Amino acid sequence: MKRNVKFVQGNEACVEGALYAGLDFFAGYPITPSTEIAEHLSERLPIKGGKFIQMEDEIASMCAIIGASLTGKKVMTATSGPGFSLKQEALGYAIMAEIPCVIVNVQRGGPSTGNPTHVSQGDVNQARWGSHGDYAIVVMTASTIQDVFEVTIRAFNIAETYRTPVILLFDEIIGHMREKLILPEPGEIPLVERMRTSVKSGVDYHPYLPREDGRLPMSDFGGKHRYNVTGLFHDMWGFPSTKPEIVHGLLRHLNDKIINYAESICMYKEFELEDAEIIFISYGASARTVLHTVKNRRKAGEKVGFIELQTLWPFPYNIIRRKCANARHVIVVEMNMGQLTRTVKNAVEDHRKVFLMNRIDGLLITVSDIRNILRMLQGKGV
Amino acid sequence: MERCRIVFSGSGGQGVITASIILAHAAVIFDNLEAVQSQSYGPEARGGATRSDVIISESQIYFPKVIQPNILISLTQEAYNKFAPIIRPGGILISDRRFVTTGRYVDAVQKSFPMFETVMADIGNPIVFNICMLGVLIELTKIVREESVIKTLENNIPKKFIDINKKALFLGIDLAKE
Amino acid sequence: MAFKDYIRERFFPHIWCPGCGHGMVLKGMLKAVEKLGIDKNNIVMVSGIGCSARITGYVDFHTLHTIHGRALAFATGVKISRPELCLIVPMGDGDALAIGGNHFIHACRRNIDITAVIMNNRIYGMTGGQYSPLSGIGKYASTAPYSTIENKFDIVKLAETAGASFVARTTTYHIREMIDILCMAISNKGFSVVEIFSQCPTYFGRKNELKTPTDMLNYFKDNTTPIGSKVKEANPELIERGVFINSSMPEYCEEYDKIVAKAKKNTEV
Repeated sequence: MKRNVKFVQGNEACVEGALYAGLDFFAGYPITPSTEIAEHLSERLPIKGGKFIQMEDEIASMCAIIGASLTGKKVMTATSGPGFSLKQEALGYAIMAEIPCVIVNVQRGGPSTGNPTHVSQGDVNQARWGSHGDYAIVVMTASTIQDVFEVTIRAFNIAETYRTPVILLFDEIIGHMREKLILPEPGEIPLVERMRTSVKSGVDYHPYLPREDGRLPMSDFGGKHRYNVTGLFHDMWGFPSTKPEIVHGLLRHLNDKIINYAESICMYKEFELEDAEIIFISYGASARTVLHTVKNRRKAGEKVGFIELQTLWPFPYNIIRRKCANARHVIVVEMNMGQLTRTVKNAVEDHRKVFLMNRIDGLLITVSDIRNILRMLQGKGV
Repeated sequence: MERCRIVFSGSGGQGVITASIILAHAAVIFDNLEAVQSQSYGPEARGGATRSDVIISESQIYFPKVIQPNILISLTQEAYNKFAPIIRPGGILISDRRFVTTGRYVDAVQKSFPMFETVMADIGNPIVFNICMLGVLIELTKIVREESVIKTLENNIPKKFIDINKKALFLGIDLAKE
Repeated sequence: MAFKDYIRERFFPHIWCPGCGHGMVLKGMLKAVEKLGIDKNNIVMVSGIGCSARITGYVDFHTLHTIHGRALAFATGVKISRPELCLIVPMGDGDALAIGGNHFIHACRRNIDITAVIMNNRIYGMTGGQYSPLSGIGKYASTAPYSTIENKFDIVKLAETAGASFVARTTTYHIREMIDILCMAISNKGFSVVEIFSQCPTYFGRKNELKTPTDMLNYFKDNTTPIGSKVKEANPELIERGVFINSSMPEYCEEYDKIVAKAKKNTEV
């Protein structure tokens, strides 16, 4: 089979992945370092008969994709730091109303306007907890251009399967870096399409009555069933309700439908874990530095291993606990103040063996940064 | 081939980033190599010292940034002054004779070429200055094949500009041969 | 089809206070839809937050009750994806012009085929009677115990300047006029804005010496006049009602279709 090889930025690989997954509608607003996603889609979407719109702000972009998703379309928006903050309320709406959609956040330094053109992984916890109220959400990331492509497709598949927003949490390095991308032929990667209700026209349709497996078949706006969608707690018809049993049932459902499927949602890669005394955990751009170091240190005979997380939320607690059980040290490498380190500490049996190795100056963690920490833990000094 | 770490530097508008992308593209698409390209973003890309990092290798590249380049290209004095100190000892430093006065205290093989002047004399359009530099680079280092760069230009540049770009590339190759 | 066939009786009684004007607007909208004979399956009603926004729950269309101020942004996404659907967006004055002001002017500017119905009761009712950008100077509200000092927007002028292709004003007192105007607004291929004065006796009326719904309806009757009427010359204070703008302008979805055609043509070359 002839392979289609491209040399592209991460942001463009995300576009390729979204188009491969069947993206129909994109709404966005210019913001560094995610803008290339909007630029490429403004060119590519109309060619396939899809729709692109640049909205008046980030909030409107998030709202527009929710509206479009309800008509049965696959939808996405892309943003960075400040724009991601603005989207939080509407993101919560998508969670409450169970609207499949993909939100890309190419992270930059923060808080506030921060460091727009430099790398950070400071939105890891915001991606999990950013909107108000109790909810579960899927957050994915990638460290190579090929993975950006594949994770983007998977984000669409998960959004459709679980009727949920999925956040693609990339970073400035991955978004802007260029690398090889091998585009698979159509059909090579399986796609999940919208699950539509089989309830016939004229029969009472319960848009918000989950099946036993938690899935909710949808009916498109403009289709045969007319129903209500709201951000209020709602009954099986989508009509607002404050009945305690309805509130309880819906909130449980919104959390369970993700948390109970964490093992099948979570993606990660592992390297050299078998006899590893020191295990690194990282994700995104910093995972590249760790992998470089681990490969080199293994050649030198050091017992180091690496877990690269591709799904950050739901957090793979059981997997991390199991894999790190025999390690002497667990070093979480991230470009923030330890946002995932705290979670790793909760996951492993002995939290005292977990260390944060970070960098928060807008530069990518270097190989020597990691090597120095490693030597200190090994008692060798830098 | 050994892993090649290159830093392209100059000022915004000289096309150093474009040239670096063309090189990396040629390596990946036509020479079956691995390559990673990244660049500095922000106001400096529109004036000031601009920088683009390219790593080319036969094996997979993980860490994408260049800490110590074994090849450094500097097309302005400001870029030369800023980046000459980071070059790997024994590396190659390529600069333009018109824009850069090279210093003596650089532990590298310094090669200065009249790229800009040649382009202006033979083509008369500064827009292909960067492609002339690329010609010098590939002739000196042989990191990618000449025909791979030509194919990349043909696939990525509007038809009407292909001829002057090719001409500039050959001007660079000839300069390096001399 | 009787207009009653357009409501979801299962979800009544509604939440509005006795004497509220919003039920009159609801009936006016349904009468207009009935008059135009639009299939229920082709109507999407999108609302934000507030008393007015609750309309969507009661009507048997595809209904989307969204977040405060953003109804037009949601509606834009629906409309662009399915341009053949009829989009109606009922909004309150705070919803449309305070928190949603930016979306409002940009929807006008795009001239996207959506009908925005602004039920202007000059107050935030749902939260308990706070002043809105339509209250105007010298009014009392639960956040203006010493009276308001802010100017109000003129919705008609704002919509006109921002580029809406249909702009009208009416009141709940003038129910027949309201139905006719809504018919024209929904039929317009472009962004339509209908401002409807709606009474809130519970908060606005009670705090501003218009204690009963009848007082408020009489206020609408006595203080408004058809556009261009002679009475206005003698009483320049009177607020004009009627259709201010009804013009044919390029509509967003139709223009985007042209972009799709252009993009497809370019890639064929």
